[in-house]
Formats: sequence, structure tokens, C-alpha cells
Amino acid sequence: MLQNHPEICRHLLWFFGVAACVKLLLIPSYHSTDFEVHRHWLALTRSLPLSQWYSDETSPWTLDYPPFFAYFEYFLSFFARLVDPQIVDVHQGLNYEADTVVYFQRISVIVSDLCLVYGIYRLTRKLEAKKRVAMWILVIWSPALVIVDHMHFQYNGFLLGLLMLSISYLQDGRDVMGGFLFAVLLCFKHLFAVAGPVYFVYLLRHYCRGGLLKGLGRLAAMGTVVVAVFAAAFGPFFYHIQQVISRMFPFGRGLCHAYWAPNFWVFYIILDKGLAFLLKKFGIDIPTPAASFTGGLVGDSSPFAVLPQVTPLSTLIMVLLALSPCLVKIWKNPHPGSVARWISYAYTCGFLFGWHVHEKASLHFVIPLAIVAVQSLEDAQHYFLLSIATCYSLFPLLYEAQEYPIKVVLLLLHSMLMWFGFSAKFSKVKPPTISDNKKTRKKGSSSSSSRSGEEGEFVIGWGGKCYIIGIVIVETWGQLLHPYFLGDKLPFAPLLLISIYCGVEVVYSWVWQLKRIMAD
Amino acid sequence: MDRNNRGKVGKDNVELDNNKNGDVCWWLLHKGLASFFLCISMFGLLVRWTVSLHSYSGAGNPPKFGDYEAQRHWMEITVNLPAQDWYINSTKNDLSYWGLDYPPLTAYQSYIHGLFLRFFDPESVTLFTSRGYESYTGKLLMRFTVLSSDLLIFFPSVLYFIHAYYDVHSRGRKADVAWHILLILINPCLVLIDHGHFQYNCISLGLALAAVAAILSQRDLLACVLFCLSLNHKQMSTYFAPAFFSHLLGKCLRRKHPLLEISKLGLVVLGTFAMVWWPYLHSRDAALQVLSRLAPFERGIYEDYVANFWCTSSVLIKWKRLFPTQSLRLFSMVATILACLPSMIQQILAPSSKGFLYGLLNSSLSFYLFSFQVHEKSILLPLLPATLLAMEWPRPFKLLTHYALFSMFPLVCRDNLILPYIALYALCIFLYHPPGGRWDGAKRHHSTPLTLVSVLLTLAYLGSLVLHIVYLTVRPPERYPFLFEALIMLLSFSHFVLFAFHTNTKQWMLSGHLIGSDKGKKQH
Repeated sequence: MLQNHPEICRHLLWFFGVAACVKLLLIPSYHSTDFEVHRHWLALTRSLPLSQWYSDETSPWTLDYPPFFAYFEYFLSFFARLVDPQIVDVHQGLNYEADTVVYFQRISVIVSDLCLVYGIYRLTRKLEAKKRVAMWILVIWSPALVIVDHMHFQYNGFLLGLLMLSISYLQDGRDVMGGFLFAVLLCFKHLFAVAGPVYFVYLLRHYCRGGLLKGLGRLAAMGTVVVAVFAAAFGPFFYHIQQVISRMFPFGRGLCHAYWAPNFWVFYIILDKGLAFLLKKFGIDIPTPAASFTGGLVGDSSPFAVLPQVTPLSTLIMVLLALSPCLVKIWKNPHPGSVARWISYAYTCGFLFGWHVHEKASLHFVIPLAIVAVQSLEDAQHYFLLSIATCYSLFPLLYEAQEYPIKVVLLLLHSMLMWFGFSAKFSKVKPPTISDNKKTRKKGSSSSSSRSGEEGEFVIGWGGKCYIIGIVIVETWGQLLHPYFLGDKLPFAPLLLISIYCGVEVVYSWVWQLKRIMAD
Repeated sequence: MDRNNRGKVGKDNVELDNNKNGDVCWWLLHKGLASFFLCISMFGLLVRWTVSLHSYSGAGNPPKFGDYEAQRHWMEITVNLPAQDWYINSTKNDLSYWGLDYPPLTAYQSYIHGLFLRFFDPESVTLFTSRGYESYTGKLLMRFTVLSSDLLIFFPSVLYFIHAYYDVHSRGRKADVAWHILLILINPCLVLIDHGHFQYNCISLGLALAAVAAILSQRDLLACVLFCLSLNHKQMSTYFAPAFFSHLLGKCLRRKHPLLEISKLGLVVLGTFAMVWWPYLHSRDAALQVLSRLAPFERGIYEDYVANFWCTSSVLIKWKRLFPTQSLRLFSMVATILACLPSMIQQILAPSSKGFLYGLLNSSLSFYLFSFQVHEKSILLPLLPATLLAMEWPRPFKLLTHYALFSMFPLVCRDNLILPYIALYALCIFLYHPPGGRWDGAKRHHSTPLTLVSVLLTLAYLGSLVLHIVYLTVRPPERYPFLFEALIMLLSFSHFVLFAFHTNTKQWMLSGHLIGSDKGKKQH
């Protein structure tokens, strides 16, 4: 319909603008300790020499992102110092909470979202209007991004923008640029490395082809690009590389984060507890584990009573195992159309089986999956539920009463918008000749003609409806019934319930995505 | 039956339009207007609650605090004292400290909200000790009372109005209806004052809006009840009274038994008032005591810097020094009546629904410009009928919203609400200019003729934008500490006056052909 690029740009900026206004209004809302973390990094990079960035211990919030992110903070700190010098003071600025720092950091997140907007622009500029707008709704107006970035406080919009840009270049067939951007992204936040194998196999098979010699040449070219990026990032830290690496991979942290992400390990822990409980009933003596999960950080001792201990290495192996069918598929048929699907799948695996996964990491697959969601009806239906479940799983991040209406309204509003967007995209499209014939043949029986039309219509099956009703029940239990019946007992039970309930959907989504990839 | 068919035709047209324009927001309307309304209400709720995260009037500013404390204090008084004592100065009720000066319906509303507060946070409404009470929970609960009143009264009224208005003017496109809902629900001034500054305008304006809707759907008695309720929530609703009066009078005069119709309406009005005032009707003194609380004549003719005639002209003529309050009261009354007389006469002669809406706008504007004791926030009243007419003349409407916001800017700065002001301003620019140019898209021409008026308006607009920044950054010269306030007031006032002329002529232009069409209807 509309192939005029400046026009698309204007429309996209309108979407962004409306969202930005709401984000501006959210400035005084609750922010987590991540806010102080990023403030401290501003101060750290501004006031200390490069060599001390990764060794400083003024604050418990040490720098644990790769160097590009540190450079990014360094860049921001220029402006921060202009706004208020106290922001960038390592000692004076500790736990600084003045309006200046809140406004500055919040606005920096809003502005850095422009990277995501550009990524989305590149991805959608050639799509038809309906798909394009549906995707804008899914990404630009994503409630999960608002909750995590603009309330809880992080820079995911910016980082996901890089990922989206990289995917858009891969889809255009510009593999070097795609690989380059992914390498850059890894040097911003190494948690994105889970998709590394997918990139590796895809680039190897898609880019490095055309005979042995040409293939090797291209491999070398791509290798040079990636090495150059990493050199630019880590080069200045050459003499402290040990320190940088140890900061970036703190394996001392436990399997699960203080609040349990809705992934496979929740079920594993529940199974362990259940088994222990049963065995005790049968009179078998089991030593109670020294560490507990609800205590937050877990030390060296095994927290499991019955099931085997989980180590970082075993989680890595599980992630790779889960990824392997997909990798085989890519090896066989590396076509650019499915890149987004594979990358999202990789992040799903990482989320489901990874070590010390944070619930915020669900953004890593929900956002790129939006690219896939607008392509077919089944994808849309799958995405609808997944998006609701993952957004709901972020609710415990905002636990204060003031933000409660905001997160509920955000989720409801976005579900509604998604519903509108998808049903507009997948409205009854039936071959005109058949339906016309039917109409002329028997005008009275409308049921048959409407059924034929429903093939292309966006509907949520009874399973999906039950699941959504279940969310309402889980939320009512946690908010009203649990405090009413149990009082202060078992304070972790509502959170656990949310984790388990959303975990079910994430596991289902993982199986669904795998099936879909294998069927392609 | 007939309406259904018309609706279907309209739907087809919309779909055609969508294909033609390549509009970006077609998907919102795909599921019909009801779900669109739900969606916009959600967005409205989101905006309102996010605004309410910010500061309120008089936050952390003893000893008098601000409107937030006034409302809280009223809850404290109404919850702890019997209804008879609410308006009477006593040892338990010090009227000099935010004494109740709104009509009884506000008192009842405070009572209900006070009960709500007492249930969750008893400390916030205990007698005496809760003065100046400020806490996280207290703020949350207070904000919630405004949000719930908005949701329960203003939102349904908007729905009722849209239903009634587009029943009459059914030629509107579906997309037009949608944008109209958006404009009424997300009115930046109303959101800023109710959910930022802290007031309950949504209740009185919502009731007035419902009354308008009732008039449009020919339920005059219901309209009377609703408008009386609105009057009894905030006496400021009097701004609309001339329009209601003249329109209903005009209508009654054209019926078979005018006297019977008028007395029916009169009885309904008296009945509603009697019900609301019941606790104070047992003696004349009690009723007069309440009445004397409602009329703040002891205060001056204007307060602070409000963009009305008295305040603006006081730059040249020192009204307060030249005349006693007594005669100023008379002046303002005469001026107000003179200003709204033309629109009243038009409605008595040729009552029509569109004319009624214009009448509301004109009478409220004349009250704002000329009446006694006008506050900056009173611009909300003319703004309501203006939003109802927004689809008729989008460009002047945008300008009016701009100057309404602008005239409240000093107030907003005092309340520390600059950030929500900026965000809401930007939001309404985005909403008023949807991509693909929806609601004034058909009329949008990039080459508007360059007339002197449009050049002047543009210059004034740019000037007002600059004044925003100047007001925030530059310190005024010591001789004129209120120089910038005066400039803001002057600029807004001149636009409001222009606006009043414009809308009065528009209303009179209506009457010419409408008299003819109404006669045609009668013959049917």
C-alpha cells in the first residue's frame, strides 16, 4: 500500500512518540537497584582511568558488562557531568537520588530506544502495511520493555535494537554487516552470546559458500571482522583481561536468581522438593540441603536433596543439546527468511536451561519473535499467549502498590492492541470465487460460509482462553486470597506460582518453536 | 432498523476510506467502536495514573499546603462530624483552615471517600491530628479516589455523549467518532488538574457532560436532574447554566403547552435540589449558612494571574483600588450577562442541538472572561464544550487547547508538574496529528492562504512557546516581578476573546438555516 519511505518513517516516529510520552510520565515511578548500578558505572567510567574500570570496588555494583557497554556509559557521562557533576562522582555520588540524576538516566534510556526504532524501521520498511503496523505494536509498544527499561531500569531497548538491526541485515543478505553487528552486540552484553552457535552455523553455511577457496576466503574475512570488533572492545584492557573476564562471568551466583525465572529449573527444583517429601513419607532418611533457594544467592553446597547437582557446565550442555536440532536444520538449509525464528529459538533455549537466568531475559526472545509473529496465523496465535505470559512473569519486578495499576493496565492494553492488530492482519480472507458460489447457491445457511472464512481468522482456542483465565486466577490468588487465607505464611508461594504458571507457557512455546523449525 | 442499515453503509465507507488513505490506525477500529472505546479508556487510565505519580498541589508545603490538603481535610471533617456541622464554624471545625466551600454533593463525595480512606489508613482522616498528613499510602489512596471517580462518572458520560451525539449527526465516519472519543477522554488540561494538581473536576464535568448527552437525546427531565447534580457538586457549573436555561426554555416555548413543560422542569429542578440539600432544609439559618459558604464574595474579583478581562485590564485600570467590592460585583455580573446574552437569545429563538453546544461554549467563555472570582483552572469549563465541538473546527480547537494549557503554566510550575505538562502537551500534539492525517486529513492543505490573521496567530503561537522557556529560565526584572505571568495572561486572554467572538458568530450563523430545517421537522 504505502511504499514511501519518509512516510513510513513519520508513522513509525509517531508510534515511538506516543510511547515516549508515556515513558516520560513514568519517570518518577519505582526503579530498582539497577538504577544505582548504572549511575555508578557513569561515575566509574568518568572518574577513574581505564585500567581501574574493572577492578574498582567502591560500590558493590561493580562493572560486569563487556567493554563496549562501559564505553557507552563513558559517552553518557559526558552529558551527565554537564547536567550535574555529582552524578559522576565515584564517592559523593553513591546512592545519589536527586531529580537531576533520575531525569538524566531515564531520558537517556528513552533516547537510546531510537536504536530499536531504527532496527524496526529496517526490518519493516519493505513489509506490507498491515504486517508493518502489527510489528510496531508488538515491539515499539511492548509492555515488557516499558516495565523492564523504563520502570525497573535497564538499557534493553538499545541492545535489542542492535540485535534487530543485525537480523535485518541478515534478512537482506548482507551477512558481513549482520555478523559485525552481532559481534558488537556481544561486546555490549555477553548474555546475548546464546545465539552465537546459530550465527556461526548460519554464516558458515550461508556466507562462506561457493567452493572451498572462496569459502575459506570469506571465512577469513568474516573472522577478521569479528576479531577486529573484539580487539576494539577488549584491546585497551589487554593487561587486565583476567580481571575483566572474572567480572563478566560471576559463576559464584546460583542456578536461580532470587526471584525464579519461569524456566526449566523451577520445575526441577519443585520435582526435587516433591521427591524429598515423598521419600521422607516412606521413611527414607534424606539429609536436608544446607542451602535454600529462597535465600537468594546460593553457595557451593548442593541445594538439592535428591536430584543431582546442577553445574554451569551441565546447563551449558543442556542449552547446546536443545539447540542442536535447530543447528542441524540451519546446516542443511540456511535461508535468510528463517533467521529471526532460529535466533529467537536460541534465546528461548538459553532462557529455559541457562545458568542464573533472570526473568528479564525473556525479552531476548519475545522481541525478535515479533518478526516471525506477523508472518503466519499460527505464529500470531502462539505469540499472543507467549507475550502475555512473559509480560505477566515480569509483574513481581514491580512489587510496590503505586505501580500495580500501571503494570496491569499496560498488560491489558497491550493484549487488546495485539488482539486488534492481529485480527486486522488475519481477517477473513477467503478465495472470492468459492465463497461467492456458496452465497449464490444457498443464501440461508450462513454457517457454512462463515466457517470457511474462519480459516484465516485470528481466534484464540479454548486452551489459550483457559490459560488466560488461569493468569487471572493466579493473580487473584497472589494479591487477595493468599494474604487473606495464609497471612504472612509462605511469602514465596505466590511468586513461585507465577513462575510455574508462566514456565508452563515458556516450555510449551519452546516445544512449539522446535516443532515449527523442524517442520519448515 | 433504519439506523442499522445506515451503520452498515457507514462501515463500508470506512473500509473504502482505509484502502484509499493507507491509514495507520485502521486496525484500532477493526473490531468496532465499543472495543475501541475500551481500548482508549485503558490508555486514558494509564495516562491518568502515570500523571498521578507526580507531585500534587502544596506537597510538603506547610502550613496551608494546597488543594490536596483541602480535599483531605474535607474528608476528615465529613467523616468525623454530623452533616449539620459540616458548614458551621465550631471548635471542631475551623472554617478558616480549608473550610468546606463547595455544595453538599461534594461533601457527600468527601464523606464516601473519607470512609474509604479510614478503612485503609485510619490515621489519614483522624480529627485534628491528621492536618497536613502526607504519606506514600495516603497519596496512593487519595489518587485512587480521583481515578475511580473519573472512571465511574466521566468515562460513562463520554460514552453516553458519543452515543447521543452521533445518533443525531449520524453522517460522521467511524474514524471521526473514534478520534472524537480520544479527544474528549484525553484532555490534557483536565488530566493535569485532576490527577496532577488534585481536584475532582471529573465529577462535576462528567455530570454536566451526561446532562448535555441527555439533552441531545431529548431527555430533558433527566438532563435537568444531571445538571442540578453537577451544580451541586461544584458551583462553578453555573458557567453552563445560561445555555441549559435558554435551550430548554426555547424548546418548551415551541411545544404545545409551554407553561406545563416549564413547570415540569422546574419541579424536577426543585426536587433534585431538595434531595441534595435535605440535611440543611430544617431551618432557614442552616440553609443560608451553607449558601454563604458557597459565595466567596469576600475574596477579590480575581486571584493570581488569570487570563480574564478583570485581571488583564487591571494592568491599566486598578479595579481593586478604584472601586469597592460591592460595585465590582455588580460590574462583573452585568458584564457576564451582557456577554452571554447573544448566545442565550439565539437558543431561545432557535433551539438546536448544535446551537446548544455552541451556547455552552459561549456562556462558559463569557463567565470565564467576565465573572467574579475566576481561577486559572476555570478554563476547564469552556474547554469541555470545545472538545465536544472539536470535530467541527479542529484547528481553532487545537489552538484553544494550547492556550488553555498555556494559561495554566504558572500554576503548573508552582505545583512542580512541569514534566507531566510537557509530556501531556507532546502527547496531545501526537494525538491531534495522527499519521495519515485522520480527522482533519480531508481538509488539510499545505498551502493555506497567507492572511494577516494566520501570520499573527503563528507569531503569537511561537511567542507563547518561547515564553514557556523564558518563564522557566529567566528571572524577571525586580521592578516587575510578575512580568512573565502578565505576558502569559495577556497572550491567552487576547486569544480567548478572539475565540469568544468567533464562536458567537458561528452560533448565530447556525440559526439562519437551522430555523428552516427545524420547521421542516415539525411539519413531519
